[in-house]
Amino acid sequence: MAGLSNLELTDAEVAKFQGDLNGILEHMDRLKEIDTKGVEPMAQVLFDEGEGETLRHDIVILPLSNEAALANAPQPGNGYFKVPKVIER
Amino acid sequence: MLLTIPEVRDALLSKRASATEITTAALQHAEAENPKTNAYLHFAPERALAAARKVDEQIARGEELGPLAGVPIAVKDVILTKGLTTTCASRLLVNYIPPYDATAITRLEQAGGVIIGKTNCDEFAMGSSNENSAFGPVRNPIDPTRVPGGTSGGSAAAVAQGTAVVALGSDTGGSIRQPASFCGVVGVCPTYGRVSRYGLTAHASSLDHIGPLSRTVRDSATLLAAISGRDACDSTSAAAPVPDYTALLDGNVKGLKLGLPREYLKDLTSETGGLISHAVEVLKSLGCEVREISLPATDYAIATYYIISTAEASSNLARFDGVRYTSRSAQSDTLADLYRNTRGEGFGAECKRRIMLGTYVLSHGYYDAYYVKAQKVRSLITQDFARAFQEVDAIVAPVSPFPAFKIGEKVDDPIAMYLSDIYTITGSLAGIPCMSVPCGTTTDGLPVGMQILTRHFDETTMFRLADAFERTRK
Repeated sequence: MAGLSNLELTDAEVAKFQGDLNGILEHMDRLKEIDTKGVEPMAQVLFDEGEGETLRHDIVILPLSNEAALANAPQPGNGYFKVPKVIER
Repeated sequence: MLLTIPEVRDALLSKRASATEITTAALQHAEAENPKTNAYLHFAPERALAAARKVDEQIARGEELGPLAGVPIAVKDVILTKGLTTTCASRLLVNYIPPYDATAITRLEQAGGVIIGKTNCDEFAMGSSNENSAFGPVRNPIDPTRVPGGTSGGSAAAVAQGTAVVALGSDTGGSIRQPASFCGVVGVCPTYGRVSRYGLTAHASSLDHIGPLSRTVRDSATLLAAISGRDACDSTSAAAPVPDYTALLDGNVKGLKLGLPREYLKDLTSETGGLISHAVEVLKSLGCEVREISLPATDYAIATYYIISTAEASSNLARFDGVRYTSRSAQSDTLADLYRNTRGEGFGAECKRRIMLGTYVLSHGYYDAYYVKAQKVRSLITQDFARAFQEVDAIVAPVSPFPAFKIGEKVDDPIAMYLSDIYTITGSLAGIPCMSVPCGTTTDGLPVGMQILTRHFDETTMFRLADAFERTRK
């Protein structure tokens, strides 16, 4: 799970989280008790809204400038976010 | 500085004090008091004084003042403020300076509000005690050995301590209501969609809300009205009209039908139960009709909430990968190492636990058994409320099974911590408005809050009931 979550953990963390997660999942298994046959899954809270009302007006709005977008970058370069080399030549 | 919004307004209009004087005093007081609670992570003197000057200029020109004119406000540090460090109480964002303001911030300042500082909270708003902050826990101003509740613990402590008149918090599963209850203040989680979340750092997008904390019901109503309404930057924000809540607070709740959920009261034998029962008697004496109701899916709410919220959190927190947001692990030769090391070094234990849980419940082979199942139970929980609201106008319940606990008491037991959210997460899952209003103190002097829940977009009834109850306690 740590690998899938992109989290580097220490051995002590692995031991602690294994116990925690097993306990929590055991509690979550209680959901098996409840009958949900024919029940629709609820992905979000819905409310009545006219069609298209959740769309913004089609007006051009200036996006964040390149400079503002990169201001918090740990390593900016040439107007981009720099990362370690991904493709070997 | 135990002022209310009407008192600030009165001081300004009668020229007893200028907004600049009030702001200067508020900043000094908040900085002096902060070591007692650790409620604030940083102060914003320049921004606050600029906002105050604007209000003073309006007064000098004889212009109409906004509803929050000159009011010192504390803002939870998960809400973005342009040019003002916003850390989410995480090591990962120690130096993060947002390039834009959250819509709630823009509206609050347009209404004349003065942001004096950013408040401590649980890292990325995950926790129930404010102990998961990278900058140390917040102490409860009522008893500094105890937690203020979480995750908006800093905002609740600041209001209780009197270092801010009102505050903004965020609520995903009780993060405004529970700290309000623990600190003896008013806290409101509005209807899902009522307040734009543009600029709120996302935790669980189908559950996140921004809402007010204050010392009076009226002040929360004023702040909520100022920040509510449709925002083109958040497609989940609702166009429903925003009533003038404070104009409707007349103290008359005669004939209002209230429901007491059987499932919430059966295990509540503590002093909290006694205080809630007493509050219900008070509401009856005001002419409310009280009946018992049933919300049968309540027993499954904790499991449902922690599946859905961690699933959403695991994807929302994926953006903190060492590429865009300030922090990057120093020792990473490959991109994969950079992700893993940055996140491993940066996130605290609770965030890691939830990211892994969320990743698990969304993973191939478990998705249907956990995530989809939880979404179906969420429908049942929502249907429970819809059925109840055919019979009653409001539901009255506890906020937390117990008052503020000791710092360190539950920090090593995540399940015990999660179970303490039982009464607040049901309303969150249904997306209905819910609030905590102080209803008394235990024999140890610890505050207890009563929760009021109403129909979607019916904050008016919630505020009217809370205000009528508050009047009986003055």
